[in-house]
Amino acid sequence: MNLLDPQGPVAAANSTILVDSVFIMLAIVVPTIFAILAFAFWFRASNTKARFQPDFVYSGRVEMVVWAIPALTVILLGGVAWIGSHQLDPRAPVPGTGSPVRIQAVSLDWKWLFIYPDQRIATVNTLTVPAGAELNFQLTSSSVMNVFFIPQLGSMIYTMNGMVTRLNLRADNEGKLQGLSAHFSGDGFPDMMFDVNVISPLAFPDWVAGTAKSDAVLNEDSYKKLMQQGIEKGRPTYRLDDPRLFDLIATQHIPPGPGPELLSDAGRPHSGGVDAR
Amino acid sequence: MLGKLDWSAIPFDQPIPLIAGGVVLVAILAVLIWVVVKGHLSYLWHEWITSVDHKRIGVMYILLASVMLLRGGSDAIMMRVQQAIAYQSQGYLPPEHYNQIFSAHGTIMIFFVAMPFVIGLMNLVVPLQLGVRDVAFPTLNSVGFWLTATGALLVNLSLVIGEFARTGWLAFPPLSELSYSPGVGVDYYAWSLQISGVGTLVAGINLVTTVLKLRTKGMNYLRMPMFCWTTLASNLLIVAAFPILTATLAMLLLDRYLGFHFFTNEAGGNVMMFMNLIWAWGHPEVYILVLPAFGIFSEVVSTFSGKALFGYRSMVLATMAICVISFMVWLHHFFTMGAGPDVNAIFGIASMIIAVPTGVKIYNWLFTMYGGRIRFATPMLWAVGFMVTFIIGGLTGVLVAVPPADFMLHNSMFLVAHFHNVIIGGVLFGAFAGFEYWFPKAFGFRLDERWGKRAFWFTFLGFYITFVPLYVAGMLGMTRRLQHYDVAAWRPWMIVAAIGMAVLSIGVICQIMQLVVSIRNREALRDRTGDPWDGRSLEWATSSPPPVFNFAFHPDVRGEDAYWDMKIAAQQQSLEHEVPEYHDIEMPRNSPTGFVCAFFAAIMGFALIWHIWWMVILGGIGAFATFVVFAWRDHDEYVIPAAEVAAIDRANLEERRNLVSMAGAI
Repeated sequence: MNLLDPQGPVAAANSTILVDSVFIMLAIVVPTIFAILAFAFWFRASNTKARFQPDFVYSGRVEMVVWAIPALTVILLGGVAWIGSHQLDPRAPVPGTGSPVRIQAVSLDWKWLFIYPDQRIATVNTLTVPAGAELNFQLTSSSVMNVFFIPQLGSMIYTMNGMVTRLNLRADNEGKLQGLSAHFSGDGFPDMMFDVNVISPLAFPDWVAGTAKSDAVLNEDSYKKLMQQGIEKGRPTYRLDDPRLFDLIATQHIPPGPGPELLSDAGRPHSGGVDAR
Repeated sequence: MLGKLDWSAIPFDQPIPLIAGGVVLVAILAVLIWVVVKGHLSYLWHEWITSVDHKRIGVMYILLASVMLLRGGSDAIMMRVQQAIAYQSQGYLPPEHYNQIFSAHGTIMIFFVAMPFVIGLMNLVVPLQLGVRDVAFPTLNSVGFWLTATGALLVNLSLVIGEFARTGWLAFPPLSELSYSPGVGVDYYAWSLQISGVGTLVAGINLVTTVLKLRTKGMNYLRMPMFCWTTLASNLLIVAAFPILTATLAMLLLDRYLGFHFFTNEAGGNVMMFMNLIWAWGHPEVYILVLPAFGIFSEVVSTFSGKALFGYRSMVLATMAICVISFMVWLHHFFTMGAGPDVNAIFGIASMIIAVPTGVKIYNWLFTMYGGRIRFATPMLWAVGFMVTFIIGGLTGVLVAVPPADFMLHNSMFLVAHFHNVIIGGVLFGAFAGFEYWFPKAFGFRLDERWGKRAFWFTFLGFYITFVPLYVAGMLGMTRRLQHYDVAAWRPWMIVAAIGMAVLSIGVICQIMQLVVSIRNREALRDRTGDPWDGRSLEWATSSPPPVFNFAFHPDVRGEDAYWDMKIAAQQQSLEHEVPEYHDIEMPRNSPTGFVCAFFAAIMGFALIWHIWWMVILGGIGAFATFVVFAWRDHDEYVIPAAEVAAIDRANLEERRNLVSMAGAI
């Protein structure tokens, strides 16, 4: 999951900007740290060779330089930030070979559901994608906020109930990667890590066909079972019944996932008709 | 009768909080019994609890912060140990407990350690530096402190009665809404912050007014010590930002208590609204904390270099620039929410712009040292340690202000390392520097240098051993708040970080040892001159500890570094030998208003958390009645006769003359 070992163009661009920014700043920071230590050491009270200049308390030239150094650094980095923000906007297209794959990701309590509307399949906690193709993600949440993040593919993005965020990525090399949720979402949060299988574009149709034969069907009913709070250790796959399922979730036609089942009296919500649902 | 409260609220099945709570309870009881048996109760009540003396209140703030630092630090140790062992296992803390710990750690460290520490130092020092006798609203000051303490009390109560929030320290909805957090944890969180937030707001109003309205003769704005400037900036931010926090939490509470839909998933609630509002407070909050620390370092670097602060006006400008810009950058906390490239880029650049005045400050401290005669007493060690550490924190901060870099680092352990880098390296180092520097002023004796230096080195090294591994873990994709994980590459770094935590803890132990040793040797460490560091600003012009009225005469200020100029003048002209004519001094009378008010606020807060409505009404009426009684007061001042002022001041002047003549002889 090393950020400096990118497996796609977005991650590569992100980490290039990351590394470049660090080096731009190090050019200023290292000499400054050195100067702090050097001045502190040389002007120590016991050093009789250091010249005591108690009246050196203002110098227009020094002031100009000390305002200019950070200002110039920031102008340079500001340019990096401006250009980078536009080029690497999560919604910006990431051209690839072959036709793009649409994936609709839903963060559930506490698992990831990946819906492939065009292939009419869905998977939980495993994301299988063809190498080299553009991946168009639409993301939402069944309940609380989460952040979808595959470190080696780059750019994370929030998932929120009733809203759809967009992200385009591409995976260049076949292999196994890992993804996670990067926003705390409750007790099962650490178990929201998921596998990312990047397979060859030739093998992808076979995988789709194999998955489409799955016995389990994802429809509104099975989705409602899936969104109950809990951890999923397995890697279930589904045939997708209704390709509009994601829209039903994102538009709240399927209401948000329920919270915890209440165990103790201390945790019982008070009476008073608070829960409008 | 008791709302939601019953025996199931006490976690009998969880040994850790129960034992921790038990130990604290026994300790508090032991102290109380000791106080009563030894007959100190009356002293405590009259001299401290009801005191409206800004110095006493400052000391109590710092004491509260120190105690809470131990609590927040224990949470930190538990988290580091958990992450060191929870590789492919559940560790020793179940998620519902671990989640409370990191939420409590953040809440406590920001609201009940960092805030009271810096507010305590400002309270203690600013009126002295301004050459005045008290803050603008002495009784309000006491109310502010006791309300802050009430918030701390409620947070600690959650350890043994009920639970604390399991949502992280900012309680983001919808997780913090009733459907997903039905327990009392979020209510504990929200009500303790509401109550202490009022305390912070009145402290802010008080200090702003003090700086703007109560300066001694000749102390115009551009002669104020740097710490007064940063106090002004920081408290302006408090006054502007804390109402946002109060309003935001009020909306969350309306959602939770009365079925409103500000931030719920359904019925048009908007979670992004909460994100924006909480960070519109949360980002200025960072500068509320770090600006006073900058002020402390300005004082320390200048004093121990034996020079006036380099580029004073530039520093003032930088301070006020930070104060203003800090309100325009909040969105950088959620670049990854998909706001779009223009918005992200603008907020990213605005965030970087703050680095300019901050960088200027670093360089001005650097040039203050240049040509100086630097004495490496403990406060100066903290200052140099700060400069080095803070630059690194600044670097990583500007890095996460670059949106594409933040797309990789948001919420990661890298981010955790970054904000600890600036909060520990900036605020905490500053608080410790200020503590060492002004302790002799508050108590009349110096702190032991040997233990102070040990504390510095262990804390300094411990900080790096703990947080450099977290930077690395972040670069390895590790996100924050993981109760357990299965990624082998993260493990070694978590183990190193836990070792670093142990080193940091030794630093804290050294700090405690320093206090113990210094109190034991206080006669040897006694500061009779009131000016132990060869200081430059007015707080050193009075005795240590200062008399209740601070100054027998309002000092006449003729330039920056007011006290330094006086010392020079005294040496040259052997002044101060004329016998001054003393006058009666009026000082504010002690008042139990703050304590009583907070007592009722505590009852009300507890009752609100547990839905004990009759008790809410009782607490509310009590607090309001206290306010009414105070508002109807007739005499709120008493007179210190001129003869008494003269007796106190002559002793001080005598010591000071000896010092000046000795310095003159050299």
